[in-house]
Amino acid sequence: MERETGAREGLKGWLHPGKIGKFGIERLAWLLMRLTGLGLLAYFIGHIYETSHILDGKAVWDKSLEMTQTTEGHLFLALVIGMCVFHTGNGIRLLIAQMGYGIGKAERPDYPYKPQSINMKGKACIYATLGMAALAMWYGMAVMFT
Amino acid sequence: MVTIHPKLSNELSQTVVSSTKSVKLKIKRSNPNVNSDEKFDEFVVPIEKWTTVLDSLLDVKSYLDHSVGIRYSCRQASCGSCGMKINGKLGLACFTKISELDSDTVTVEPMDNYPVVRDLVVNFDRMINNHKKIMPYVIREDSEIDAESGVREFLQSPKNVEKYIQFSNCIKCGLCNSACPTMAMDKSFVGPQALAQAYRYIADDRDKGKNKRLKIIDESHGIWRCHFAGSCSQVCPKGVDPAMGIQLLRGYLLGIRD
Repeated sequence: MERETGAREGLKGWLHPGKIGKFGIERLAWLLMRLTGLGLLAYFIGHIYETSHILDGKAVWDKSLEMTQTTEGHLFLALVIGMCVFHTGNGIRLLIAQMGYGIGKAERPDYPYKPQSINMKGKACIYATLGMAALAMWYGMAVMFT
Repeated sequence: MVTIHPKLSNELSQTVVSSTKSVKLKIKRSNPNVNSDEKFDEFVVPIEKWTTVLDSLLDVKSYLDHSVGIRYSCRQASCGSCGMKINGKLGLACFTKISELDSDTVTVEPMDNYPVVRDLVVNFDRMINNHKKIMPYVIREDSEIDAESGVREFLQSPKNVEKYIQFSNCIKCGLCNSACPTMAMDKSFVGPQALAQAYRYIADDRDKGKNKRLKIIDESHGIWRCHFAGSCSQVCPKGVDPAMGIQLLRGYLLGIRD
């Protein structure tokens, strides 16, 4: 009987830094897409909870808003902005790729085999999305901290 | 303990200056049938410019430790038997030259995301079952062999062959499934190997089984679990590019492709 434990890598297969080093920027984009998706889901739930305080009157509402008026709160919101921009930008890239655009054309492969679906267009989009997310975070922090 | 190849130890004892290079081969050993212990055994083996990882493993089996468990057959990247992790990177042992690894130590481990049978041998049941599930053959109601008119062929133009020839290069080595991050978490995911093969047959204009196959892959653990990490394509030793096949396959389900 084969060992079933170890038959799947589990979270190690997602988070191991060596995976990103070996599989490149596409694997990093994949991981960030998962993490930002989970982060935004957690933020969404927290946001619903926070805004539900409006039903408890102005005093409670003002107090709950104070949570985000601290340095930590601003940094957290900047992170949310970054997650949102990356998830949107990368989502659009994936949407286009998953419709079959920008991934090359099926044809007889020649040695040394270079996968057409992993190409410079895709890489450029990922770097651009990361850049846009960083820029949005910087702008958000500039607004919040001034 | 490090075991040294007889060719090298003889040279050492005779203090002969040799030009033979050597590497330390670290092999991950385990036998789940006996216990859950895992360890690395180390062997010093001679190498030449052309020595592959498989050559060295066979050297170990021949001269140092007959009990090392490996699976291999063709030694020329055609059978897909010797997939493993070599210095942490997935590849075929017969297709990886040690001189190109640029390292004095070569660590070999079994592929991830498969149950280990023993040492470097993993169980392919899941992959083969998924491969069979997508019906990897041309589906037709009529036959190529017609009793009245004699033997004939389903004709196909070279242009149509180009649409799927890339995906028919698959040797079922399982490296793509091992690299796939979805396979790492989802025990029911059909996997890039089977999905790429589904595309191979759907894109074949002789085949009439498109709807049957699309129904099989259009389920909760099917094609929609692929999120295009592209790792499958990066490790494919035959240029199949399963990630491309999967994205093209989605086109049929999204109505973009006929």
